[in-house]
Amino acid sequence: MLKTEAILPAAQVRETAKGKPKHIFSRALPYLMVAPSLTIFSVFVLYPIFYMIYLSFFKWNMIGPKTFIGLKNFTDMFADPEFWQVLGNSFQYMFFTVVLSVGLALPLAVYLKANTRVNRFLQGVVFTPYVVSLVSISFVWMWLMDSDYGLLNYLLELLHLPAVGWLNDPDVAMYSLITVSVWKSLGYNAMILLSGMQSIPPYLYEAANLDKSSGMTTFFKITLPMLSPTLFFLTLMNMISSFKVFETVNIMTSGGPMNSTNTLVYDIYLYGFSYYKIGYASAMGVVLMIIIGICTIFYFRSLSRRVHYR
Amino acid sequence: MKKRITFTSAGKLVFDVFLFLIFFLPFYWMVLTSIKTMGETLKMPPSFWVSNPQWENFVTAFNAIPFLNMLKNSLIVVFGTLFCQCITVIPAAYAFARYEFKGSKFLFGVTLATMMIPAQLIFLPVFLLFSQLGLINSYWSLILPSASSAFAIFMLRQTFKQVPEELLEAARLDNASEWTILRRIMLPIARPTVVTLALLTFISSWNDYFWPLVLTTNNTVRTLPVGIAALKAAEGGIKYHILMAGNVLLVIPVLAAFFIAQKQVIRAFTYMGEK
Repeated sequence: MLKTEAILPAAQVRETAKGKPKHIFSRALPYLMVAPSLTIFSVFVLYPIFYMIYLSFFKWNMIGPKTFIGLKNFTDMFADPEFWQVLGNSFQYMFFTVVLSVGLALPLAVYLKANTRVNRFLQGVVFTPYVVSLVSISFVWMWLMDSDYGLLNYLLELLHLPAVGWLNDPDVAMYSLITVSVWKSLGYNAMILLSGMQSIPPYLYEAANLDKSSGMTTFFKITLPMLSPTLFFLTLMNMISSFKVFETVNIMTSGGPMNSTNTLVYDIYLYGFSYYKIGYASAMGVVLMIIIGICTIFYFRSLSRRVHYR
Repeated sequence: MKKRITFTSAGKLVFDVFLFLIFFLPFYWMVLTSIKTMGETLKMPPSFWVSNPQWENFVTAFNAIPFLNMLKNSLIVVFGTLFCQCITVIPAAYAFARYEFKGSKFLFGVTLATMMIPAQLIFLPVFLLFSQLGLINSYWSLILPSASSAFAIFMLRQTFKQVPEELLEAARLDNASEWTILRRIMLPIARPTVVTLALLTFISSWNDYFWPLVLTTNNTVRTLPVGIAALKAAEGGIKYHILMAGNVLLVIPVLAAFFIAQKQVIRAFTYMGEK
C-alpha cells in the first residue's frame, strides 16, 4: 500500500513506523508542484512548435481561411534565391560571430586572469555590454557608425583612412552587425573561460613548472586541453544565440542594404507581420528549428560531458 | 610559480587603457551625445566634452513618447514576471530535487528541452495563440510566456539537491509539513541562488524588446525598450541627441544594478557556464 511511490526515504520511515496509510494527496503533491511550470511550457513553448509545423503546410494570411497546400511552402522557399541569401547571411553572421567572439575571448581571459585590482576592474568593464539592453547597444553603435557624423569615421579620418559606409555598404553592413555582436558577448565569453581556467587543478601547473615548461608550452599542453570542454560548450552556445539575432538587424539596418543583413529570424518576422504569409513564415521557422535542434543536440552532449569531466 | 608571458608594465598599461576605451567609449559617447545640442551632434570634428549640458533633451525624450505609461508597463511586466516565476519555479525545483515520482525524469527532460527553444523561433504561433484568446495588447501576453523559467528550475534544483538529507529528516521527525520545510529550511539555504536568479530575470525582462514588439499592436501595454526604439521614427530624421537621452534613461536601472551588485550579476549570467 505504501510502497515506492513515496517520496523521500525519511517520509517513508516515519509513516511506516506509524503504520498510517499514505494519503493520496502526498502522492499527487509532486505533480501539483510541477504542474504550473509544465502548463506554461506546454502552452507557450511546446504547443507553438507543433502549431508552427502544422501551419507550414498551409497558405494563410492570418484573417481568411487556411488552405492546405502540402509541401508547397517548402518547395517555393527552396526555389527562392532570396531564401538562400537569407540562409547564407545567417550562416555568415553565425560563423564570424562565433569565431571572433570565442577566439578573442580566449586571449582576453588569459590576459585578465591574474587576480589584481586592475584586472578585476577591467573584467567588470568588458562585461558591462552584456547586461545592457540590445536596443540601446544597437542605437549607440548606429550612431557611432553613422557615415557622416559618426565617431568611427571621424577616427578613421584622423588616421587618414577612407570613410566606411558601415551600415550603408552592402559588402560591409553584415560585418558591422557582427562587430556589435562580438563587442557585446566578448566579456561574457571571457568570464566563462576565466572561471573554466580557475577550476583547472593547480598541481598540473606545479608539475609543468617542475619540468621547466615554458609559458607557451604550458598554455598549449595544459590550459587549452583542460579548457576544451568549456570552449566547445561556449562555441555551441554562441552558435545558437547568433541564429537568434533580431534586435540589431531590426534597429540598425532593417535587413538592408539590398537584403545584405536579412537573417532568418528577421525574415520570419517580415513574412509574418509585414507580408502576412503565415504558412511561408512557418516553413522558414521549421528550417530554423532544425538548425537550432542540431546545435542543441551537440550542446546537451557537451553539457553532460562537462559535468562528467569535473 | 608558473611563468607567464611577461608584458612590460608600460605595455600592459597601454593595452589596459586600450581595452578600457573599447568598452567604455561607446557608453561615454551615448551619455555625451545625450547632453549635446543638435548642432553639436552634427559638428565635425566632434567635441569630446560638453561645456553647456542640455538637460532638456531628457524632457524632450520623455515627452516624445508616453514615457510614464511605458515605464509603468515595464514595471508591471518585470514584477509580474518575477512574481509568477516565484510561484511556479520554486515548487517545481523542489519537486524535481527532492521527490521521486513516476515520470519525473521525463518531465524534467521536457523542462530542459524547452530551455533551448528561443522566443525568436516560436513568436509567430504564440502571437496567433494570444490573438485567438483575445489577449493581444494585454499584460498577460507579455507575462505568461515567461511566467516560468526552465533555466531557473534547473539552477534552483541543483541548489536544493545540495541540502543535506539529515536536515530534512530531523524536520520530518518534528512533524514539520513539506510547506514548512520548504519555507524554513530550503529557501533560506537557497537564498543566494534565488537572489541571483531574480536579478537575472529583472535584467532580462527589463531589457526585453522582442516579446513586447511582436505581441503588441499599439502602445497600451508596450514597455520602455519598444518606446525608446520608437524615438527613431521622429519627424525630420533621427535626432541622435534625443535618442541617446532616451537610451540613457533606459540603461540607468540596469547599470545601477550592475554597479551595486557586479559580482552577483556576473555570476548570474555566467552560471550556466560554471556548472
